Amino acid sequence: MSTTSSLFGMLQLVIRRDMTLAMRRRADVLTTLIFFVMVVSLFPLGVGPEMDMLRKIAPGVLWVAALLASMLSLGRLFSADHQDGTLEQLMLTPQPLAVIVLGKIIAHWMLSGLPLVLIAPVLGIQFDMSVETLGILILGLLLGTPVLSMIGAIGAALTLGLRGGGVLLSLLVLPLCIPILIFGTGAVDAVATGLNPASHLSLLGALLVLALVFAPWVTAQALRISME
Amino acid sequence: MAINWFKYSAPTTFYALAGKLIPWFAVAAALLMAVGLYIGFFVAPVDYQQGEFYRIIFIHVPASILSMFLYLVMAGYAALGLIFNTRLSAMMATAIAPTGALFAFISLWTGALWGKPMWGAWWVWDARLTSELILLFLYLGYMALHSSIDDPRRADRASALLAIVGSVNVPIIYFSVKWWNTLHQGSTIKFSGTSMHVAMQQAMFIMLVACWLYAIAVVLARVRSIILERERQTSWVNELPEVRA
Repeated sequence: MSTTSSLFGMLQLVIRRDMTLAMRRRADVLTTLIFFVMVVSLFPLGVGPEMDMLRKIAPGVLWVAALLASMLSLGRLFSADHQDGTLEQLMLTPQPLAVIVLGKIIAHWMLSGLPLVLIAPVLGIQFDMSVETLGILILGLLLGTPVLSMIGAIGAALTLGLRGGGVLLSLLVLPLCIPILIFGTGAVDAVATGLNPASHLSLLGALLVLALVFAPWVTAQALRISME
Repeated sequence: MAINWFKYSAPTTFYALAGKLIPWFAVAAALLMAVGLYIGFFVAPVDYQQGEFYRIIFIHVPASILSMFLYLVMAGYAALGLIFNTRLSAMMATAIAPTGALFAFISLWTGALWGKPMWGAWWVWDARLTSELILLFLYLGYMALHSSIDDPRRADRASALLAIVGSVNVPIIYFSVKWWNTLHQGSTIKFSGTSMHVAMQQAMFIMLVACWLYAIAVVLARVRSIILERERQTSWVNELPEVRA
């Protein structure tokens, strides 16, 4: 009993700590959000203002922009803690490193994934998406963006403290995120063509569960490799 | 008789063994490639649907098979290196990556050359082409990560973890791309299940073995260079005749 409570206590503590730190530097959180809005807004300028075309490409544009925006903030996931030595202290705690990593991933998602999910409906309306496609898009983003944070955490741990880390991180992580992109946009396309999106959303959920089980542990291993 | 399985897991002994094996694999690869290309170009009949164009499969198919196979071999060596902490396994994984990437690139390149006369387009977003492209990205990511870490031990272990994560992801990527393809557009390309002529099968099989032997020879040569580079401070390397000269 005491171990579970201390595990959850640690998890909550890490989440609260990362949230507090981020709230003291709100510009970092906002930058990701503004980047997302900007990339999405560039597409109509690039492909033209025809509404039929925009409605068709909207899910893909929003998903790719979310993917790129989540890459932006991944570099910060461990680097600040690495630089001031907090990460070493965290690794020495009696609680498993995977739990601490999970807490950091959850905090990262709440700071960079959740805002994107919340602003996505506004951008979807700009692309003239219907209410039901918007709903499925949001549901897909809710299931998919945590997986992006988790896969990204593995890459962030592997590239910790390397020169040119940011670009390298995208190179490692983006190919692994392709299934999320496919199922996320697939669900919206399915609704748009009158099909049932349940299969796509189930697969997204399956990937979320799979990542939830393995990603914190793999990230912890990667951190140990990077820190030794 | 007890066999010492770990005798050749030491770079010192493996260096000499690889040096002896390379000429055999290289010569066998060259001979088989000559035979395979001869059968492919002169013996195998003209395909009644695709004319002479189909002959590119004698390069294309072995390259695609090997690009996928080598990724698994690479991830296997990476896992061995991570689990048993053997230096040589990590060196093998590093040595395999460029050859695998080369085969993935050849497969895409020849696929484009084949696609132009057959489908009328250099590139089609077919499930196989797309997943081959993603495989090339995975190879490039592995090599980029390995080369950007200066400490060889950390480089080996970090890229090994990436290779293992990638190999878990490969089936997920493959099936997602396959479903994506069938959902977005009706598959316009069908590989009709026509039975292949015996000479075609022979040529393809011989070319596959030839490419495989070539890959072994090149990987062994590369791993020898890596051993020399990593062990350059040791006395046994400095006593090698080729190093002294």
